Amino acid sequence: MNPARTLWLLLVVLFVFSFDLAAKLQPQFQSIESTRRQSGNFFSLLLGDSSKIFANSFFIKADEYYHSGYYPTIFDNNSAFQTPHIAEDTGAVASHNGGEEETSFMGPPRDWIDAFGRNFIPNRHTHLDEGGPTDDLSESSQVREILPWLKLSAELDPENIQTYLVTTFWLRTRLNKVSEAEQVLREGLRNNPGNPQLFFELGRIYDENYHDIARARNIWEAALRSWAREEPDVPQSDRLKMTLENFDDRFMFEQLQTSLALLEEKSGNTAAAIARWQQAILAAPSTADMQQHIEDLKHKLAEQPSPASSK
Amino acid sequence: MRTIFALAGVVIKELYRRKDFYVLFILTIVICVIMASVNIFNDNQIVRYLKELCLLLIWISSLVIAITTTARQIPAEREQRTLLPLLAKPLTRTQLILGKFLGCWLACGLVLICFYVFFGALAASREHAWPLLSYFQAAILHWMALGVVIAMTLLGSLVFAAPSSNSTICFVLVATILCVGRYLDAVALTLGEPLRSVIYAFYYAIPHVEIPFEMRNLIVHDWPLIGWKFIGLDILYLLAYMAIFLVAACLVFRRKPVN
Repeated sequence: MNPARTLWLLLVVLFVFSFDLAAKLQPQFQSIESTRRQSGNFFSLLLGDSSKIFANSFFIKADEYYHSGYYPTIFDNNSAFQTPHIAEDTGAVASHNGGEEETSFMGPPRDWIDAFGRNFIPNRHTHLDEGGPTDDLSESSQVREILPWLKLSAELDPENIQTYLVTTFWLRTRLNKVSEAEQVLREGLRNNPGNPQLFFELGRIYDENYHDIARARNIWEAALRSWAREEPDVPQSDRLKMTLENFDDRFMFEQLQTSLALLEEKSGNTAAAIARWQQAILAAPSTADMQQHIEDLKHKLAEQPSPASSK
Repeated sequence: MRTIFALAGVVIKELYRRKDFYVLFILTIVICVIMASVNIFNDNQIVRYLKELCLLLIWISSLVIAITTTARQIPAEREQRTLLPLLAKPLTRTQLILGKFLGCWLACGLVLICFYVFFGALAASREHAWPLLSYFQAAILHWMALGVVIAMTLLGSLVFAAPSSNSTICFVLVATILCVGRYLDAVALTLGEPLRSVIYAFYYAIPHVEIPFEMRNLIVHDWPLIGWKFIGLDILYLLAYMAIFLVAACLVFRRKPVN
């Protein structure tokens, strides 16, 4: 074969191959680019997935500040600190802490240097919202000191829902910074669109702080729709089965239905409230009290004059 | 004594002619001011993260100044061939060591005054309080710990060939003590013999300069004052280590050729 012709053919083959390769890789690069643009977070771009490890460290740091520096290291017995107390106290997470909280994680001094050194470190279990080391309850607003670490943790791991929930709890309930708490939740929803837990907390702000019942109802109903959309192929009855695996699912559903039921009661919509309570029962571990409450509401509804008779 | 103070004065003058302190001090101020300008949920009373950062920077800066200043004292005299004329004067080798040590220690004391005044001002700008006695306790123990580090580095400068290797070894050793010194006994308990005895021996032999370092937590989180009895005991403990290192340095230097 003519060498010039061979070269030309080789060139054409290489051109076709490179075109094919480009066509194959382009969509993949586009998806990577769009993911990067979506994250839009300086720390995520800089640190990648390792930013989550740092985020967790800063969350623990916030818990250390909550205890005014009295916190176990990897060398200490940390059975009472398995779940950060700042999260445990919000009720947003299930506790895995063992042992007595008040018992010192340090144990008895190992030697004279250890015993002497304990005079120079925080050596008493205190919580910032209970006055911290001074035990002065008027200084409970000192709990604000945990906020920088929570903020940093949320920036490093914007997909961690727990950080937003904990930050919101302390801002809203102990520091009376409702608008800041709302901003945190909206930031969380921007990073985790449609998350039912964040919607639930946002609804609580509108209900308990702004007393805007209509908007709270809309938000909680949106949360229920998001909850249903999370696993569209699984029937609701399966998601509400009494197993340990779906505890979070059941807990969220029950909280949403209970809150909506109370909201309907507050608005005077007894029939709607009964319907919500009946839904809540499906996810509740103990139903006796709820059942009794439904019966009471039914009696109340029966005693109410019907619109026709009142005319 | 007058000779020792004269020598110490020269070391102090050398420190303020050099740029190390100014660079580290300005860097500390810049970092702290930038961190203070961060808006955290519109709350301008949040201060503890700033105090922690500032104290950490103060410790790092003071250790850098102490180790680098001390490590070059005697090697520099030898390199510039000023050691022999210096010793030709009515100055013994012990006085030279003590003068160099005192100079570096006092210079670090001056540096600490500047740093702690800035720290106090930074904390007061948010807390509107001056817990001066707490700051005094922290600063005095910090200074004592630096004294141990300086004495150790001075000994190292006579043992190791170059200031760079001495500085590196001292930094590694001090950083190890600060990070894990307190827990070496706990680590030893988990090990079998003979490693357990080795770690225990190391634990009891090292100067526990991490005690003043860990005291930062009490300052950051506004814990009440430490009993003065414990402060006094810790000062005595650290002074004892300073004396041990200085005696060792004098003994080594006595047998060391000047050129």
